[in-house]
Amino acid sequence: MKLDSMYQEIILDHYRNPHHRGLRDPFDAEVHHVNPTCGDEVTLRVRVADGVVADVSYESEGCSISQASASVMADLVIGKSVAAALELEREFLALMQSRGTQEGDEDVLEDAVAFSGVSKYPARVKCALLSWMAWKDATAQATGAVQAAVPEQEK
Amino acid sequence: MTIIETRQPGTVAASTSGFDVERVRRDFPILARTVHDGLPLVYLDSAATSQKPLAVLDAERAYYERHNANVHRGIHVLAEEATALYEQARDKIAAFVGATDRREIVFTKNSSEALNLVAYAMSNAVSGGAEAARFRLGPGDEVVITEMEHHSNLVPWQMLCARTGATLRWIGLTEDGRLDVAHLDEIITERAKVVSFVHQSNILGTVNPVEKIVARAREVGALTVLDGSQSVPHMPIDVVELGVDFLAFTGHKMCGPTGIGVLWGRRELLEVMPPFLGGGEMIEVVTMEASTYAAPPHRFEAGTPMISQAVGLGAAVDYLTGLGMDAIAAHEHEVTAYAIDALSAVPGLRIIGPPTAQDRGGAISFVLRDSDDRPLHPHDVGQILDEQGIAVRVGHHCARPVCLRYGVPATTRASFHLYSTTAEVDALVEGLDQVRRFFLR
Ligand SMILES: Cc1ncc(COP(=O)(O)O)c(C=O)c1O
Repeated sequence: MKLDSMYQEIILDHYRNPHHRGLRDPFDAEVHHVNPTCGDEVTLRVRVADGVVADVSYESEGCSISQASASVMADLVIGKSVAAALELEREFLALMQSRGTQEGDEDVLEDAVAFSGVSKYPARVKCALLSWMAWKDATAQATGAVQAAVPEQEK
Repeated sequence: MTIIETRQPGTVAASTSGFDVERVRRDFPILARTVHDGLPLVYLDSAATSQKPLAVLDAERAYYERHNANVHRGIHVLAEEATALYEQARDKIAAFVGATDRREIVFTKNSSEALNLVAYAMSNAVSGGAEAARFRLGPGDEVVITEMEHHSNLVPWQMLCARTGATLRWIGLTEDGRLDVAHLDEIITERAKVVSFVHQSNILGTVNPVEKIVARAREVGALTVLDGSQSVPHMPIDVVELGVDFLAFTGHKMCGPTGIGVLWGRRELLEVMPPFLGGGEMIEVVTMEASTYAAPPHRFEAGTPMISQAVGLGAAVDYLTGLGMDAIAAHEHEVTAYAIDALSAVPGLRIIGPPTAQDRGGAISFVLRDSDDRPLHPHDVGQILDEQGIAVRVGHHCARPVCLRYGVPATTRASFHLYSTTAEVDALVEGLDQVRRFFLR
């Protein structure tokens, strides 16, 4: 069936057993993002320490694609430097905008390559991107906050 | 998914009411197309927009091929013909909703604009004369809506309250998807200036008790606005009988083109209501300092109107009238009752809205659980139905407060129109079975 390219087993696994779900402390920034057309929502927390994504946790409501994507994203970025994680975000965004023409580099994107099939369905691309956009936003806030906080601590 | 490919939607013969749905379907070319490499289309998304019969397509085409010109200006043949056709459409639509005066029909681009027109006219009344007093509101005044409004009949009133300092209040909902009218007198009080509510809900399917709400609104002297977006396309409507002051509806849901909607308003109110948009067509005398305004309906139709769309909508109401709105309503009621029974029997399915076809239209929202009793997200449900050629809508249907009220993030909605069949309902039920099986893997 054609849908198998979208609903790959990896995606369904993450959907059924999501990783890093449930909001955790400590965190530097928390954001809430919504997908107004379909009602998907995610609340996401990021902790950044020494330029590294120390933790990502979230609570979300949404379809299998958005749920699985949050799980895969958290797996991927936790422990990476902010710069490396942002590079991953760019790679994933490019894959999702490829309209099914790219397969994605499994060495880089790991489980996230499973979403290449989703890129053929324009209405679902935003589901796959929701948590990534939330993470990017939270990370920008966290790194901004950390930078702003440093001089305070040094005073 | 092979079993799906053998079914033939729309093969059910004339329904018991004598309404020949097969013949009706032949008037809608799109219903004969296939999707996803040969699957018959099962279109269950008419609450979002209806399909268009040939008569409407032909009317728009004929207008452009033979009569196209701008209206109400110029003295040449084409301008006169175009104006006559545009104004004829107004007559047809006036008759369709039982308006006693053609000047009560104002063309807008859709329901949203019709509702905004009233809301903006009300805040524009601040600078109007004594005759505009009825429309004026400020701190201490109240605007009453319901918890089941489409965002188009919710946000304009929130905005009006923000502009004027008035307070927004609403009638809540019961567990089974109806308006909680038990405390109507406490919600619609002497402070209410306007009560705006939906006739038939696009998400719950509920048909609301207009008479009861209008009676209370009248008692306290409030204006009444009815959002008929989902009722005018599906049932006989008589504005005099309804007793409201304004009625908004939208062409594309009633077999007409997109880009045309209607605000019907009581003549004596339109006469004194301030304009919303300014521009050509809506004026009487213009100087550099100030202008006076045209009489209704032109006062509310600034700029070149949607001419071909009005002509198309005129053809649509001719088409609907030809079949008979009573017969259409009876047919849809039959399909709705059948669907409620059939869907109620689907394991894990919960209907969000009235559980019977009583005082209810053909928009059925539901949520589905898998065989482990975990919720299946409507987006996933809709995707797997689409794979089988079945078009439904998923999401919050521009009525997010309703989803919040019933504790669901979104719903799947199947909605019917005059061309819908019980065979299509069977296809949906089969399709939902496939959805549950898909996520069982
Ligand atoms: C109940 C209701 N009100 C208002 C609208 C808005 O109609 P339109 O988008 O044509 O302005 C809709 C349609 O989506 C509706 O179903």
